[in-house]
Amino acid sequence: MSKPKGFEKPVGVRDYVPYAVDKLRAIERNVLDCMSRWGYRQIMTPTMEFYETVGVASSTSDQKLFKLLNNRGTTLVLRSDMTAPIARVVSSLLKEEPLPIRLSYHANVFRAFEEEAGREAEFFQTGVELVGDDSPEADAEVVALAIESLKAAGVASFKIAMGHVGFLNGLFEEVLSGRGNEQQAMKKHLLDRDYVGFRKAIGDLAINDEQREVLEGILRLRGNKEICDQASELSSHPLAQASISHLCKVWEVLEAYGVSEHVLIDLTMIGDFSYYTGMTFEGYAAELGFPVCSGGRYNNLLRQFGRDVPATGFALKTNRILDGVKGAVDEEKHPVLIRYTSAERREGLARAAELREQGRAVVTLLIQQESESLNKPDGMYDRVETFS
Amino acid sequence: MTETLKVAMPKGRIYKKAANLFRAAGLPIPIEVDETRKLVIALPELDMEFILAKPVDVPTYVEYGAADIGIVGKDVLMEENRDVYELLDLGIAKCRMSVIGLPNWQPGIQQRVATKYPNVASQYFREQGQQVEVIKLNGSIELAPLIGLADRIVDMVETGQTLKENGLVEMNQIFEITSRLIANRVSYRMKNGQIQSLCDRLQKALAAEV
Repeated sequence: MSKPKGFEKPVGVRDYVPYAVDKLRAIERNVLDCMSRWGYRQIMTPTMEFYETVGVASSTSDQKLFKLLNNRGTTLVLRSDMTAPIARVVSSLLKEEPLPIRLSYHANVFRAFEEEAGREAEFFQTGVELVGDDSPEADAEVVALAIESLKAAGVASFKIAMGHVGFLNGLFEEVLSGRGNEQQAMKKHLLDRDYVGFRKAIGDLAINDEQREVLEGILRLRGNKEICDQASELSSHPLAQASISHLCKVWEVLEAYGVSEHVLIDLTMIGDFSYYTGMTFEGYAAELGFPVCSGGRYNNLLRQFGRDVPATGFALKTNRILDGVKGAVDEEKHPVLIRYTSAERREGLARAAELREQGRAVVTLLIQQESESLNKPDGMYDRVETFS
Repeated sequence: MTETLKVAMPKGRIYKKAANLFRAAGLPIPIEVDETRKLVIALPELDMEFILAKPVDVPTYVEYGAADIGIVGKDVLMEENRDVYELLDLGIAKCRMSVIGLPNWQPGIQQRVATKYPNVASQYFREQGQQVEVIKLNGSIELAPLIGLADRIVDMVETGQTLKENGLVEMNQIFEITSRLIANRVSYRMKNGQIQSLCDRLQKALAAEV
């Protein structure tokens, strides 16, 4: 590669000029305030973690982890999400803290080699983890909080799609009992969102027509609460049944929160199936081409850090919201300019201090020559006060 | 109120077949659209908007949400590897991706493969356990083995006529190609009703054809 030009930076990272920072901070503040009103307290963890612990435990695939070596030759990772670091802290520093633990964060996270726009190497996530509660109430709480957070971030029109990994696990186990490889292959098609491949694979499986119909039926399991009833007819496997009844209860709680209008059930949605263990969800905004939030239940993660407790949570993709959301930010407030001559310096600076006390932004300028005309670009200052 | 569904249509070879399929599904695409040079065509009576794009770019438009859905060949999907929903096999523009070479081909010391599909080609040969050097070309791939630029090529074969006329043979088929209906991840949820009903109509039209 040729020597970079002075203004260049590595692919996938970006600069935030003051205007963008104002907007980003406003979103961050509004969302974190919203989360704190739900009893979630902020946590901060280091940017770097050990590859062997947090890196391996995270849901990010190995080739997408940003790896580096420290001076002892140990592999480190730049955190790829906040969930695994939080699991580490909850299992160590907060080991004695009574459950449930509610934590929130706003942090930059890193992914390697996602080189195109919309696939950044460093980006911001704002989210929560609810540790130590396995109930439908807890799942519903994080979904409802995700909805409130999206509203607080200024996302006007959005939908949350909610699924459950247990349903597909149970259904596949029933139809393709003991045929692990075929189950994996079918799930891979769904994970790749390749419905054509999925249908083709159904045709190639050695199963009867009734079973084929059951598998075909999966692709139609999208909609409102009635989907739960349809789904529970598709499979009588105990895991599938338990998953559906759990999802049903989550829906009922969401109705009680008064937010079910934003939610749809999508049982074809399949997160990383080795990571999520229960309910999963994803949020979509009308004005953005990529999902704006994702989350779900991951009951196996904390065990890897020595504290075997269930957990659920979500993260907003704050950058995407920043890129796509209009409004939500207050009008930019310009500073007041105070000009003073050297003779009036004391008065000028006292006035500046007074205005700053009132919360105004003030910049000051010494008038060098009496005749100096005020060079005032339009719109740069709210107003000008002169002491001379 | 229904929103406008933005449809990325591939310009050229596939377009007409796709438009006819829409017509068969009861969506009257005006015939003059077939000949237009406009890039964005509003179809208000169908609540649709056609975006006429170069076929290889269709998955990109859809992935980024510039278009809600699109029609594109499986060859492009395999090469571009975009994160989109692949909803329906439209069964049109049928052909196959194949490895092609001269009839007397013998593996040389340094094997070279020329192709318009470098990702597809390198993945295929990796899976076959073969080490090859992949050369990206942009057209007339058949030239490469004839003039010694590469000893084999990976390309789309429809009838095999071009190969025959140039004295080349199809050595292995990699996969079958047809056009697919794809959808953006967000649109698939936000405009689910519209996309699902289009999907159902197309599926019905496809079933009727068989």
